[in-house]
Amino acid sequence: MSNPAIDAAFADEPAFIPYLAAGDPSYEASLEYVEALARGGADIIELGLPFSEPIAEGSTIQNAIVRSLQGGMTVGRYFEFVTDLDVDVPVVCMTYYNLIYQYGDESGPEPFVRKAKSVGIDGFVVPDLPAEEADPLREACDRHGLDLVFIVAPTTDDERLDRLVSLSSGYLYIQARLGVTGARDDVSNETTSSLDRLADYDIPKAVGFGIKTGEHARDIIAGGADGIIVGSALVDIIAEGTETDSPTEEPAAELESLCQELKAGALEGAQ
Amino acid sequence: MPETDTTFGDYGGQYVPEALMPAIEELTDAYERYVLANEDGFMDEFRERIHDFGGRPTPLQRADNLSERYDRDIYLKREDLLHGGAHKLNNALGQVLLAKYMGKERIIAETGAGQHGTATAMAAAHLDMPCEIYMGRRDVNRQRPNVFRMRINGAEVNPVDIGRGTLKEAISETMRDWATTVENTHYVIGSIVGPAPFPAMVRDFHRIISEETRRQTREQYGRLPDSVVACAGGGSNTMGIFADFTSDSPFSTAPDSNTDADEDVSLFAVEAGGSSLDVDEERGVAPNSASLSTGSEGVLHGARTKLLQNTDGQIMESHSVSSGLDYAGVGPELAKLVDDDRVTPVNVDDDAALEAFHRFSQEEGIIPALETAHAFAFLETDADLGEFVVVNVSGRGDKDLEAALEETAKRDLPNAPTMEVFDE
Ligand SMILES: Cc1ncc(COP(=O)(O)O)c(C=O)c1O
Repeated sequence: MSNPAIDAAFADEPAFIPYLAAGDPSYEASLEYVEALARGGADIIELGLPFSEPIAEGSTIQNAIVRSLQGGMTVGRYFEFVTDLDVDVPVVCMTYYNLIYQYGDESGPEPFVRKAKSVGIDGFVVPDLPAEEADPLREACDRHGLDLVFIVAPTTDDERLDRLVSLSSGYLYIQARLGVTGARDDVSNETTSSLDRLADYDIPKAVGFGIKTGEHARDIIAGGADGIIVGSALVDIIAEGTETDSPTEEPAAELESLCQELKAGALEGAQ
Repeated sequence: MPETDTTFGDYGGQYVPEALMPAIEELTDAYERYVLANEDGFMDEFRERIHDFGGRPTPLQRADNLSERYDRDIYLKREDLLHGGAHKLNNALGQVLLAKYMGKERIIAETGAGQHGTATAMAAAHLDMPCEIYMGRRDVNRQRPNVFRMRINGAEVNPVDIGRGTLKEAISETMRDWATTVENTHYVIGSIVGPAPFPAMVRDFHRIISEETRRQTREQYGRLPDSVVACAGGGSNTMGIFADFTSDSPFSTAPDSNTDADEDVSLFAVEAGGSSLDVDEERGVAPNSASLSTGSEGVLHGARTKLLQNTDGQIMESHSVSSGLDYAGVGPELAKLVDDDRVTPVNVDDDAALEAFHRFSQEEGIIPALETAHAFAFLETDADLGEFVVVNVSGRGDKDLEAALEETAKRDLPNAPTMEVFDE
């Protein structure tokens, strides 16, 4: 039932999954930044559709969302953005449920899923949609062959884990530590214990929350993960670019090179 | 064991990150056992403490001068006399006590007007729990006395700088703290909002307001009132005084014996009309907080409810002269009761609220919170309230003096006292 493009991303090598908020800080610059991720070796791109109340996000991504919304990002523009995007890796839309819900109608969230599919989106991550509330979106995704990725937290107990694995398609998003998104200087031990618990489940496991360097990537993959998700460390580059008013090429080049480092780290971890 | 529902019709639910769900399950279990089933005598201890520490029951007082002005019997439910100066302590004390029963070691809370933060800080000091409060920067500036009160009670106060710096941002930031510290921390949410079981649980701690009101109206007036009026931000004082008048609702936990004559009591929720009910879609600003009157269905802070949002679903920046009403959402149960035509949503604007603030202070010798002033402003309209009206005096206005005088000075209010003599 899962999406073949996403399955393929995990097929041979660990998957490197970078995140950026679409439209940060402007539509045009953001297109270049996201394309730089692909050049840097992204296997899947998690593309944020900014929501005004991002309760799972730390300050780095909150600020990215503010910049994007101030730059004029809307749901309609986001779909155009994905259409304009020139990358040949799968795109997973990361957003909050209210935007999906408002695009929907009496039939539920299906219109959003249908539109997403038509512009080339392959799946969704929705941080404020726990298993309890997910049935309507899960059904709509099934109908259109899109993946719905669930987040497993350090606090998730075994009973919930079974339920999340059965609901999730594409991959599982393993939240490396408690808290909100944001780049950290170390790899959390919670990650290893989560990966151990998940070893027997037959679904790709991608670890995110706090990964910043090639070394982190290596250690996490060596610890048994099938992929790494990196957001804040990349968004930091864009934030710095806006502060120093750099021409778009500079942050783009830095993004590409950090992606290469992360990807190389992941490959090394898989040896 | 009673089982709770997570929804109120289509409203409510649990739209929160997975990291919080185990804590929500744990809280649901604790709510069912301790609050609904009184396990280990939890509710007995709550009632004893809200009596001894809080000063309950609060009086029901006839407002003689307002009764004359409106030519009907206006009674005041004096929640402003509860310890701390607002209804907020009912919920804060209940939740901090529950956190203790659950073995939690740390308390966090958001606050808008600072009343909930103050009540939580007091309850945490009383029950010896460390406490941190998140408060939007704008609210820190307009409710300074409450910031000092929280600090003096030993709480940390963390200003929130993101966005417009009001209640919405404070709730988001407290949820982020909780997502990090959930294993040992309880989030004392300040109104009937958030994911289940918060809306029902917060209502149940405030239900004591309406329990007393029913008894007091019968004792003092011989019957239930024709109407009950309360301001509504998130709606906790509102559902607190409405709860036992809605026992015909499937979500009620009021005693079955209440159903008699309930439906004859009209319930009015007075929202902040702000400076205007018009919405600026382009800038994402709704210069009001009237989500029951003008909002649409959506998901915010863990619940499906009525919201101020643009067509995409981005949450609007709300506005009200009173911090405690300045919120783009509202409790899911109130949204449902409005759809069911059980509660009538109305609103009054900033100017009317300020005028009512001065009128009530002068006529009755009670300085109301700016939130509460909205309920009094509604009495000036020609709504059909009947002969016997109870108004919930949700809080006193000491925290608002600076803001109220500043806002008064911007306007030409016929009944405002002049402060010029002191200006030298
Ligand atoms: C005195 C007072 N009344 C009312 C409110 C609004 O809250 P709710 O709508 O939850 O009663 C507040 C909130 O801070 C308050 O301080």
